[in-house]
Amino acid sequence: MSIQTPAAKELGPVTLHTVDTMKYKTNTMVLKFKAPLSEQSVTKRALLAYVLQRATEFSPTAKDLRRRLNDLYGASLSAQLSKKGDHHFISFKMEVANEKYLSDSTPLLEKALRLLAEVVLRPKLTEGQFDEDIVAKEKRTLKQRIQSMRDDKMRYANTRLIEEMCKSEPYRLHAYGQENKIDGISAGDLVTYYREMISSDKIDLFIVGDIDEQKVEAIAREAFDFPEQNQNVAQETVSAPQFKEEQVIIEEEDIEQGKLNLGYRTYTTYADNDYYPLLVFNGILGGFPHSKLFINVREKASLAYYASSRIETHKGLLLVFSGIQSSNYEKAVTIIKEQTEKMRLGDFSEEEFQQTKAMLKNQILETIDNPRGIIEFFYNGISSGCERSVDEWIAGVDGVSRDDVTQMAEKVKLDTTYFLKGKEGS
Amino acid sequence: MEQLAFEQLKETVYHDKLENGLDVFVLPKQDFHKTFVTFTTKYGSVDNTFVPLNGEEAIQVPDGIAHFLEHKMFEKEDGDVFQQFSKQGAAANAFTSFTRTAYLFSATANVKENLETLVNFVQEPYFTEETVEKEKGIIGQEIRMYDDNPDWRLFFGLIENMYHHHPVKIDIAGTEESIADITKDLLYTCFETFYHPSNMLLFVTGPVDPEEIISFVAENQNQKKFKAQPPVQRFNEKEPTEVARVKKVLRMPVQTSKCLIGFKEKSPGRSGENMLRYELAVNLVLDLMFGSSTENYETLYDEGLIDDSFSFDYTEEDHFGFSMIGGDTNDPDALEKKLFSMIGEFKRQPLDNQAIDRVRKKKIGSFLQALNAPEFIANQFTRYEFSGMNLFEVVPVLESLTADDLQQVLEDHFDESCFTVCQVRPSKEG
Repeated sequence: MSIQTPAAKELGPVTLHTVDTMKYKTNTMVLKFKAPLSEQSVTKRALLAYVLQRATEFSPTAKDLRRRLNDLYGASLSAQLSKKGDHHFISFKMEVANEKYLSDSTPLLEKALRLLAEVVLRPKLTEGQFDEDIVAKEKRTLKQRIQSMRDDKMRYANTRLIEEMCKSEPYRLHAYGQENKIDGISAGDLVTYYREMISSDKIDLFIVGDIDEQKVEAIAREAFDFPEQNQNVAQETVSAPQFKEEQVIIEEEDIEQGKLNLGYRTYTTYADNDYYPLLVFNGILGGFPHSKLFINVREKASLAYYASSRIETHKGLLLVFSGIQSSNYEKAVTIIKEQTEKMRLGDFSEEEFQQTKAMLKNQILETIDNPRGIIEFFYNGISSGCERSVDEWIAGVDGVSRDDVTQMAEKVKLDTTYFLKGKEGS
Repeated sequence: MEQLAFEQLKETVYHDKLENGLDVFVLPKQDFHKTFVTFTTKYGSVDNTFVPLNGEEAIQVPDGIAHFLEHKMFEKEDGDVFQQFSKQGAAANAFTSFTRTAYLFSATANVKENLETLVNFVQEPYFTEETVEKEKGIIGQEIRMYDDNPDWRLFFGLIENMYHHHPVKIDIAGTEESIADITKDLLYTCFETFYHPSNMLLFVTGPVDPEEIISFVAENQNQKKFKAQPPVQRFNEKEPTEVARVKKVLRMPVQTSKCLIGFKEKSPGRSGENMLRYELAVNLVLDLMFGSSTENYETLYDEGLIDDSFSFDYTEEDHFGFSMIGGDTNDPDALEKKLFSMIGEFKRQPLDNQAIDRVRKKKIGSFLQALNAPEFIANQFTRYEFSGMNLFEVVPVLESLTADDLQQVLEDHFDESCFTVCQVRPSKEG
């Protein structure tokens, strides 16, 4: 029942990865663009993701395009922006019903796949430029999206932590770009950048579903006729800065609950040998409801509803989150630091260690039950140049020893504590 | 054991009603790694006035108690149930809605052990005054987390506008003041009244053998003693059809304003296929008016009144129902006026059959996308079953809805006297 690593085929500049499975009632296609994360391009890329999904040469308004999608039984088309390590990603996702489960058996996959190609390769251009009107509207949407993310204070506290912690690294940039750069982008800049993107990004296409692999390959080869690739100058991951003094940043807002976020450097990424010990370390510390943070910050001290940690696999960061009454700041920080110290001393039970391994294995198998999860799992390997099968991943977790975990704990260093303090109770 | 086959969707659901009244449903999904299980009681935040088991008169319990009980079920004399699930490699969780409390886990190994842990922990309460007091700090922080979330405040602000008395207007978690009144004895009263197997449903989906699962659960239940219990008597004060309040503006530390308009359903109380037809019909009408392929959507987007956060939905439960339309906006007043006038205009025009077919297709396709997720199937199947509907009838019902059906709900539901609006605006504005 274990899932095979997808078959990879080079179709010119695009690498096609297919997973043939009967599990789903839909077929899922994701086209990924990868480029270095940089101040020069991040905002243009974000805007481009919005502009491209609005219209095409053959469906010149959003309404036309959305009607075509509805006619394909509500095929869903979306563009997502993300960053991993020091790279920026745009993912165009199309999901379409498998006609086997419909009373109308018109084939949908081929049409959806061709439409996905049309969205990225046949944009609506007027005299070689993006439509001014569409660009203006999408600038507004992008600005509103950035502002609205800031309005979610849990998210905002995380963004601020990263900005402060990674001040001198590309990772400080948000995947949605910089709000103050949006107005300065002209339709002309955008089309120039678009040409650069489609000819120099690393491009991967994933198709997951009940598919005929040869047939989809033939369609994809024809439809995704990207221009010849320039030499893609891959940016090396910027190494984490040398350990410096811990910094503490406290800001205040008129909110009901303080948001406490701690950023640690792990000096370990997906491609490293000690990636598995890092997974176990994070799991014992704060990845699950049996973890130290949940038990000690929430269950024992009643300080918080949420107290957890997660790792940014491609950047070498571990982030701790908790929402607390602002007057409990010192107490919460003390408990969190005690837990990381316990990790360093190897003060965790055999039960905590085994539970964590069992939960990690469960997590990965659950992830690949979902089409999007399958794609993300394999793309993590592809984009970091370290491909792992699910079986290898599970064996990797199994192979971690207690010593590996305490060694990891020695490596992990607190870099920045960020506290968004509320005015409640003051 | 009965089998319910849904040929078009190629799904078969197995069902048995156990002697103690517990409904067990199993949907085998052989290709999946994980088994997802929900154990749900028909008891949510709206059930705040009822006759307790063995009682004679109705009592009213503190706001937020159903949710509080959900939290406290996880704690046992020998520790936290999460620990047990983790040992068995399962991710456990729970949630409380207006009408349900669900306990759940997903696991890719040790399915029977986890199933047993789930059923046992939900049927064996352990509350002490001390642990109840400790939970108040945790839930207090949960309430504050939601207080800081503008979308949650907007959603509840709109529901509060709609209802004069109905407890749906009360936040599911209650308030820090209301939960202060919760005691261990009150928790036991709620537990005994609502957690009888005859008020509960177990749903299992994953690579399992339905017969084996059902007999395993039956065996577990046969070892426990349950006295037959009559259906719970729940009370609701009579709710007027009009909204309680037409407009409310909330000030929060945000940069982007939000606006949500809604219609309170005048005659809820449907069940079974009627309810399913009505709910789907209102949702089709909403899509015809404001879906992303409509003129209205285009106009609103072009005028800068909406962005991609714009959404709409209609939901109906036993004694209440409401539609909601809106999202982030740079001009909440203009959006409110425009939405209202667009609905009025839409009611004056004949329905377009081609557009109906298009949104029907879209809904069917979206439903198939949702069916990829075992979580969706388990949660929604339970919700539908509690109201006498069947999740897998969604596609045939969508296919059977006619323009006349839609015209009817357009006139019934979208009534001016049931209209209300809630806005979130920056505190620093103006």
